Amino acid sequence: MSEVIKITTPLSDEVVDSLKSGDQVSIKGILYTARDAAHKRLIDLLDHRDELPFDIKGQIIYYVGPTPAKPGAIIGSAGPTTSYRMDPYAPRLMEVGMKGMIGKGNRTQSVIDAMVKYKSIYFAAIGGAGALVARSIKKVEIIAYEDLGPEAIRKMEVEDFQAVVVNDTYGNDVYKEGMNKYKR
Amino acid sequence: MRTVEHASIIEAVKNLSMEANYDLATDVVTAFEKGKEQEESPTGKAIFSALLKNQNIARDEQVPMCQDTGFSVIYVELGQDVHIKGGSLEDSINEGVREGYADGYLRKSMCEPFTRKNTGDNTPAIIITEIVSGNKIKIVVAPKGGGSENMSRVTMLKPADGKEGIKEFVVNRCLEAGSNPCPPVIVGVGIGGSSEKAAILARKSLFREIGSKNSDPELSEMEADMLKRINDLGMGPQGLGGTQYALAVHIEKFPCHIAQLPVGVNICCHAARHKEVVL
Repeated sequence: MSEVIKITTPLSDEVVDSLKSGDQVSIKGILYTARDAAHKRLIDLLDHRDELPFDIKGQIIYYVGPTPAKPGAIIGSAGPTTSYRMDPYAPRLMEVGMKGMIGKGNRTQSVIDAMVKYKSIYFAAIGGAGALVARSIKKVEIIAYEDLGPEAIRKMEVEDFQAVVVNDTYGNDVYKEGMNKYKR
Repeated sequence: MRTVEHASIIEAVKNLSMEANYDLATDVVTAFEKGKEQEESPTGKAIFSALLKNQNIARDEQVPMCQDTGFSVIYVELGQDVHIKGGSLEDSINEGVREGYADGYLRKSMCEPFTRKNTGDNTPAIIITEIVSGNKIKIVVAPKGGGSENMSRVTMLKPADGKEGIKEFVVNRCLEAGSNPCPPVIVGVGIGGSSEKAAILARKSLFREIGSKNSDPELSEMEADMLKRINDLGMGPQGLGGTQYALAVHIEKFPCHIAQLPVGVNICCHAARHKEVVL
């Protein structure tokens, strides 16, 4: 495997453009969580020209719905959820400044095209390794939509959050590249 | 007639819900170790290592291995000579799920389909009941994640499609599923019956020990052939490229109508959770 590239949020266009599909990254800084229901609400706000509950410029949205924290723990298990369900919403968020998404699984072509247009990166974390991923989360605060339970928007402080670049700003896709390499 | 207290059903479902989410069965761990050895991609090998590490953390700290602690599939073989005292089977199972998901700090993922409002306690469970002979109750608790369940399909093939048609459908389903269902996966296949029977057979096939041989030599050969064809696609662990996308293919078969060839596919993520008890 290639060397791990350290990146810190918020992401600049320069950092985003330097990343290539297949790169292993270690993320430090703030991640905002949102999944199905929260995305719907964020888009409703944009439709009504209202302000989002957080400044999305340069930020990464992590597609996750964690388990409840045990007493004394910061968070429960917190691995990525499948990303394609957020495909109908993702280009709108890129348009207003979102620079990265973390999830797992393939994106539709229109989302990959939007990543090129708006300079945004799609990262994958290891799906199903929720107990392991949780170790890189140092602080968690619910900042919106508490009524959504696991789907509430959380502000997470992470250190050495491991992920791989799936789609870069040049239209590449590690899923296709990886598959072609090992196809028989 | 043997009497079983409903409280013992509640207790069993509660404990198995937690156990299933905290600790993978030995057959799954063994399959990870074998997969790591056989995987040709360095990234794929690293993913197997991470999954083994994840399992150790979950078991040692008694936390869920995956944040998607699933909807609760509860498969019951109810002996016809059993009388359940104190409450209904359905209520007892749902109470067990309620208590297990609250006390075990498991995620509650069930919601109303239109409003998407969460039911708050992970109920109702998906209960599959079979009445069998005898005076015992066998309960299998198999939490299933939404991401892999979304990749399930049922199709009604033409009898002329035959075995090759079935294989093609299953292999293509895996290709379309790609990285979505959290590979390495176990592919459950139900053949025959009716549309709903094929889906149930596919799910039940996932309860079989991973890597165990199908007792029907014809199905065993089909399983091996499909496993090779799926892995030859090159998708690998997490779909990032490699040789070990699927750990196993399991088939269950049942007779069907002369006009039909129903096929169900249920893809299970690597967090292949199922724990059982006999009361």
